[in-house]
Amino acid sequence: MYVAVKGGEQAIARSLELLAEARRGDTAVPELELAQIREQLRLGVARVMQEGSLYDEELAALAIRQAAGDMLEAIFLLRAYRTTLPRFGYTRPLDTSAMRVRRRVSGTFKDIPGGQVLGPTYDYTQRLLEFDAVSVTPVTPADAPLPACMPRVLDLLDAEALIERIEPGSDPEPIDLTREPLTFPADRATRLQNLARGDEGFLLGMAYSTQRGYAENHPFAGEIRMGEVDVVICPDELGFPIEIGSITLTECQMINQFHGGNGTPPQFTRGYGLSMGEGERKAMSMALVDRALRCDELAESSHAPAQNQEFVLSHSDSVEASGFVQHLKLPHYVDFQAELSLLRTLAAQQTADTDETPRSIAGGAQA
Amino acid sequence: MTPRYNFAFLDEDTKRMLRRALLKAVAIPGYQVPFGSREMPLPYGWGTGGIQVTAALLGPDDVLKVIDQGADDTTNAVNIRRFFSRVAGVATTEHTADATLIQTRHRIPETSLREDQILIFQVPEPEPLRTLEPREAETRTLHALADYGLMHVTLYEDIAQYGHIATSYDYPVLVDGRFLTSPSPIPKFDNPKLDRSPALMLFGAGREKRLYAIPPYTRVESLAFDDHPFEIQRWEHQCELCGSGDSYLDEVVVDDRGTRMFVCSDTDYCSGRRVEAQA
Repeated sequence: MYVAVKGGEQAIARSLELLAEARRGDTAVPELELAQIREQLRLGVARVMQEGSLYDEELAALAIRQAAGDMLEAIFLLRAYRTTLPRFGYTRPLDTSAMRVRRRVSGTFKDIPGGQVLGPTYDYTQRLLEFDAVSVTPVTPADAPLPACMPRVLDLLDAEALIERIEPGSDPEPIDLTREPLTFPADRATRLQNLARGDEGFLLGMAYSTQRGYAENHPFAGEIRMGEVDVVICPDELGFPIEIGSITLTECQMINQFHGGNGTPPQFTRGYGLSMGEGERKAMSMALVDRALRCDELAESSHAPAQNQEFVLSHSDSVEASGFVQHLKLPHYVDFQAELSLLRTLAAQQTADTDETPRSIAGGAQA
Repeated sequence: MTPRYNFAFLDEDTKRMLRRALLKAVAIPGYQVPFGSREMPLPYGWGTGGIQVTAALLGPDDVLKVIDQGADDTTNAVNIRRFFSRVAGVATTEHTADATLIQTRHRIPETSLREDQILIFQVPEPEPLRTLEPREAETRTLHALADYGLMHVTLYEDIAQYGHIATSYDYPVLVDGRFLTSPSPIPKFDNPKLDRSPALMLFGAGREKRLYAIPPYTRVESLAFDDHPFEIQRWEHQCELCGSGDSYLDEVVVDDRGTRMFVCSDTDYCSGRRVEAQA
């Protein structure tokens, strides 16, 4: 008769079997190889690496396959693995001005030194479903190779002192958010770290809100660049820098209007976004939200959700949000029973109140 | 045991960080200590805070009990117990009296705890003022000033509106006369068990990255007013399985005509009483 909560252990075991079967699908269809995911679903791999805070295409592909394509689950898997990894050291700051650029566009200048480079982009694909198998036409070689080093567009404005200057090395040493709790108010380096791990959908929505009047700050896409950047570490025992490889990054620098205040003259200000792999939507969203969150430092009026750092930073993480929203499916019998008791008391009291005159205000013991 | 991972999953440096934060929590009863909460292989909101505390305390000789809603065999309790058998290989039990560590969600066992036991709570929201004040910077200031007027006014408004306080679980307590503290979402029925408990009580909120503690024999008062003293839930029923008249009861719907039966939420307490009755 009363079996409601019995047999949890067996139920879990059966559920895992069902999950494995559902994940594999029809066994007549060959299983996906990790190389296929890595090569043909590279944007998904990039997102999982970015929000999973771990640059490893192989592991990200494994996580995507294990999660049956659920990106948030794959991110969770990667994070849970990452948490067990030891820290060997920290890299030198990445130099994105030395990026081997594959794509680089600016919305602020028609032409820029080094030129506008579209690279591989979905921007002009017209989104027609390709019903027939896509034949890969060989890439037409460029007339001339891209310059090895392209100056950043914002550095051109910097030379004219029209944009706020951020001195290299003026930032405080950042804390590692995966090792230390987020506290408020959070400095910019900490905020950027949080946004970098933040859910792309959440950031996109917050960024969009800033364009619709909730913290309008007149953005221009100063520059978006994507390509490979060298990763350099300087081990204590060696005492000189060594290059340990290169990673693909997308960087976005927004230029925003600023009318002056807090002792600062009118000038352009910056919003910054950086994402692993080809993650342009994420990098642009991040840059808009970063700029919105600088309202206190620039003494701007803050009234919009995207300017509220506790609101944005506390709710950006998909692993936290997904866990807590979904914990509602866990049993809450005990609390629900307590609420039932209370509601019955309140209902009984109301009936008693309408029966009696004058109205009783005495507290009733709970049933 | 899964050999690829360290004993109890977390590496020893992380366990040390947790133990240091726990020592601070014990030293300042009821104070929420921020800590470097790790990403665990179970989801946030499903007990990651409690799991980290358990992992930091667990030794090879410990005997672990895990309950959810008072029961040992609810799926999440089973899953957490399974996790620690897998990554630590420790002995587990369903008997409250046999356990050295008890991780719980939403209940305190009916069986009285002893000095050599530790109760570890899973906490979804460590900040008792959060629903009244969403800003963390602000609530920390309120705690620093011991300014708990917001909470008192809320409780007073309940009395003005309903004649009594309308909070039935996660009922706020004052620990050692100083910090307003969330007892986690236990029913207020369990609040008296917090007061001067011989067992150490530790609270872990993984997603919110806070730890706090109620050391043994610490005074814990449930907020109330002189003319509206604190009261706990009572039932007109007794447990239909063991006949207990003083335990917390779950209401179970047993057919499609809405027939209810009332049974102990603490499954170990209930089965223990049934074994005794048969003997």
